[in-house]
Amino acid sequence: MFDLELETEFMLAKRIIPCLDIKDGQTVKGINFVNIKSVGDPVELGALYAEQGADELVFLDITATHEGRKTFVELVRRIAREINIPFTVGGGISELKDADALLSAGADKISINSSAVRNPKLIDDLALNFGSQFVVLAIDARGENDFWTVTVNGGRIPTEKELFSWAKEGESRGAGEILFTSMNHDGTKNGFANKELAKMADMLRIPVIASGGAGNMDHFVDVFTEGKADAGLAASIFHYKEIAIPDLKSYLKSKGIVIR
Amino acid sequence: MNIVIIKYNAGNIESVNNALMRLDVKAEITGDHNKIRNADKVIFPGVGEASTTMAYLKKEGLDLLIPELKQPVLGICLGLQLMCSYSEEGDTRCLGIFEEQVKRFIPEQGKEFITKVPHMGWNNITNLKSDIFDSSLENQFVYFVHSYYAAVGEHTAAVCNYINQFSAALHRDNFYATQFHPEKSGTVGARILENFLKI
Repeated sequence: MFDLELETEFMLAKRIIPCLDIKDGQTVKGINFVNIKSVGDPVELGALYAEQGADELVFLDITATHEGRKTFVELVRRIAREINIPFTVGGGISELKDADALLSAGADKISINSSAVRNPKLIDDLALNFGSQFVVLAIDARGENDFWTVTVNGGRIPTEKELFSWAKEGESRGAGEILFTSMNHDGTKNGFANKELAKMADMLRIPVIASGGAGNMDHFVDVFTEGKADAGLAASIFHYKEIAIPDLKSYLKSKGIVIR
Repeated sequence: MNIVIIKYNAGNIESVNNALMRLDVKAEITGDHNKIRNADKVIFPGVGEASTTMAYLKKEGLDLLIPELKQPVLGICLGLQLMCSYSEEGDTRCLGIFEEQVKRFIPEQGKEFITKVPHMGWNNITNLKSDIFDSSLENQFVYFVHSYYAAVGEHTAAVCNYINQFSAALHRDNFYATQFHPEKSGTVGARILENFLKI
């Protein structure tokens, strides 16, 4: 018989997620979402990150045109063939059929942002049709005097929604993860919004991905300890080789954080 | 080698095919009984809900075919759960290849915000015993996404710990199954698939 008294440890790893913004099939990164610079082929870059130890990848389509959408679905198909770790795709998903096309192309998860703010029922519909594990609710928010307003269109337009109640609503509607970007921190390289992230982690039963503000390796230590985040997402520091993923992962391990 | 991936109403079957293509292996995705019966290796993947998926398998007669197969069969994720005797998800009687039962993860009281359900992400596998594993894979991280788990039992071939210990893999005779997704588990997952193909 099998010995039921096995020695095992609780080891669910914190995740490091490079984010690639895509326009017309090419990787770009906006500094505060404007003045975009091109930094390469998404599939090539994604495969390189996977090889270096990225735990997941996020590909965000920032192309608005119909032609661009078709290019993106084709790109997702190529990513699915080449890349051997899970990946999320987002941008321009406002109906079930958009999500269905991306699922068929091989996406593991989709992220929705502005479209969910406009039509919260989209979260329910996606979760019901494809399962919660497929649905990441991305929230961009800006804080002022400790009040955090949800924004849309890359942080440009404030909405009626408040960050924490919207995150909670997203969870109860069936989102499987929350990807929170602090517009106060995005592009600053001064660290993540740890206070708000910790508050969110303590009130949600679904994982929280932290985004916005990564500038050095200690910022990741902080986001996993103080910020209680399940995953840390960053773009430019990886794209511009300011931090190499293997170095970051060994540093986090040396700080006692569970890392793959 | 003739490899078949069983086609049924489950999500993301293509991702297993993509992983095989990365190993330069061609597979056919089919629900055809003869093709499945005559394959050298059969892969039974799946992402979805247990009761609706079992209902589909029954409608297609696959519930009788799969347990009768004689060649190596690899179940993945929901595939593993459906190969067990029973699942709490939708109160479902499953294929009964493994006697282990499938239960829902219940976090300890007060820990609901720490041990979240689904168990999603990279976790390590230990106590390996099956020819789909080798000594290099002990303690390696693989990728999981699931809210239900097969309990540890006689056919457990790998153990993982999340909320409680559970079967990360099962093995009995020609039947193999992993709760994690080898097709999404980087080079470690690719090695497990390669080991299966070598059996």
